[in-house]
Amino acid sequence: MTDSSKIAARNSPVIHATDVWERMRELLPFWLVLPSLIASFLYTFGFSGWTFYLSLSDSAQLPSYDFVGLKAYYKLWASKRWNIAYSNLFFFSGFYVLGTMAVGLLLAILIDQKVKAESFFRTIFLYPLAVSFVVTGAIWSWLYNPTAGIEFLVRGLGWESFSFALTSSRQYAIWAIILTGIWQASGFAMALFLAGLRSVDQDLVKAAQIDGAGPLRTYVKVILPTIAPIFIAVAVIMVQFAIKTFDLVVSLTRGGPGISTTFPANYVYDLTFQRGQIAEGSAAAIMMLAALTVVLVPYALYLTWRKHRERQSV
Amino acid sequence: MSDIPTHDAEEAAASRRHLFSRIVIYGILIVFSLIYIVPLTVVVMNTFRDNIDVARNGLLAFPRSFTLEGWSAAWSTYCLNGRCEGMSANFWNSVYMTIPATIISTLLGALNGYILSKWKFWGSEMIFTILLFGVFMPGQIALMPWAYILGTSGLNQTLWGLIMVHVIQGISFTTLFCRNFYVNIPDDLIKAARIDGAGFWRIFWKIILPLSPPILIVTVIWQFTGIWNEFLYGVVLTTGKTQPVTAAVVAFAAQEQNVKEYNIISGGVLIAALPPLLVYFFGGKYFVRGLTQGAIK
Repeated sequence: MTDSSKIAARNSPVIHATDVWERMRELLPFWLVLPSLIASFLYTFGFSGWTFYLSLSDSAQLPSYDFVGLKAYYKLWASKRWNIAYSNLFFFSGFYVLGTMAVGLLLAILIDQKVKAESFFRTIFLYPLAVSFVVTGAIWSWLYNPTAGIEFLVRGLGWESFSFALTSSRQYAIWAIILTGIWQASGFAMALFLAGLRSVDQDLVKAAQIDGAGPLRTYVKVILPTIAPIFIAVAVIMVQFAIKTFDLVVSLTRGGPGISTTFPANYVYDLTFQRGQIAEGSAAAIMMLAALTVVLVPYALYLTWRKHRERQSV
Repeated sequence: MSDIPTHDAEEAAASRRHLFSRIVIYGILIVFSLIYIVPLTVVVMNTFRDNIDVARNGLLAFPRSFTLEGWSAAWSTYCLNGRCEGMSANFWNSVYMTIPATIISTLLGALNGYILSKWKFWGSEMIFTILLFGVFMPGQIALMPWAYILGTSGLNQTLWGLIMVHVIQGISFTTLFCRNFYVNIPDDLIKAARIDGAGFWRIFWKIILPLSPPILIVTVIWQFTGIWNEFLYGVVLTTGKTQPVTAAVVAFAAQEQNVKEYNIISGGVLIAALPPLLVYFFGGKYFVRGLTQGAIK
């Protein structure tokens, strides 16, 4: 169909069946995307809105739609357990994200030194990503177990006073979760960093070397700045993992000892499905979304800014 | 270098420095490799040890006993909440849930990605942005609505319900991956095909899909491991025999008993971990390669 005939068909007062068929065909891509769009829209905006409304209601065992305002939020923030959960989230996220990136970057740089058996190392570092948090948590809870795990092993080797009982200490149990989290995700960070390092323009590296820069200087001054966008992307992905952390805590410490390693995700689950306090559980879920927004909005703005700048430079 | 004359001593010092740095590099890599590989090895070994051996020598020890009871009991006879059927039913639940959900979400992602990169229309960028939000949604926000919808539609306690949840949640990721990959396919290729009279589907089958294996492998691995390993929805939306294997593992490990049967729990843990591990070991190479080709940008 040429353009002129298209216009003619649109302007003709009589709508033929074939025209309707033609129009439908032109819109085919739209029709095909539509179901995904509707589903996604309902899932993200619809469900968030729904949960938000529930958080303003007096829902208890069953969802109720009687509006009571911010009551659930007051209750939430008055709860000691929630305050611990929310501060745990920030503590965990900080060390988990930094630790994962540090280990990931170190491994990526080492692997990038033209080592032999590169794919062997890469496979080993990356495999924990394929293992679920549930399995990871179960395995590490045994290693941390003082009467059978690492402490038992080291004492058996002759160091009788050795102590390594992270998971049974209120103060240090969160470190068990942080270390396990880093163990699981650092290989993924490594893969992303390695991809970045490999994409660096080799001429730039050579120029730096000719200028007399040593390996360390080359990395700090030339290579790492060029992969700065990857740092930000990895950080955002890791923060997301951190905020959603639920399975790992359940299988590693079950929130204990006491309530010391409760996380917001666990709190949401407990209140909504175990204790029949849907309004407060929903309020907690909304606070999780708020935490995520704090991270993602600046990231989205940064991406838009970068795109804008790229367009300008072209 | 060799044609430039240098002092022998300088050269020796340089090669010593080189050797030293190599030792440090390999040393660190090997230490980290051990940290990564030991936990898995420990669990594999523990599946073959009996309880007396574990009680006496701890969890971190080479086997001094050999039994296959851990595997067989975990699979078919271990008792959980009064049901002595092991986790085989839960394992198959995961299989029947993960495979269809992975295939459907990947196909939808490929189609969406194709449309949103090659058949742009007014508002298509907006649609892509809306789809993107799903990537960042924490599952906890959607828990109550899902529980309610599945409950009222009779899909709770069924695999269909979980499949639907995973497909809808997965569309965002698969669309993002595929769209970012397809953007790099030159538009001229599509234009030439259209001039030759190829339509929407023909271009998809004949041009886009044959170029897609790198990204489809990434998407399939991502979805398969993600859905298989998912725990939250499984534990909330299903119970007991209808639960996926991750929920069964937590129930296994949480079982409070006087004597923990570590070999059986280890067997259960490995049964749950094996499918994604296999997928990863066979496809991991392509996964990394695909990531570098622009799945994540």
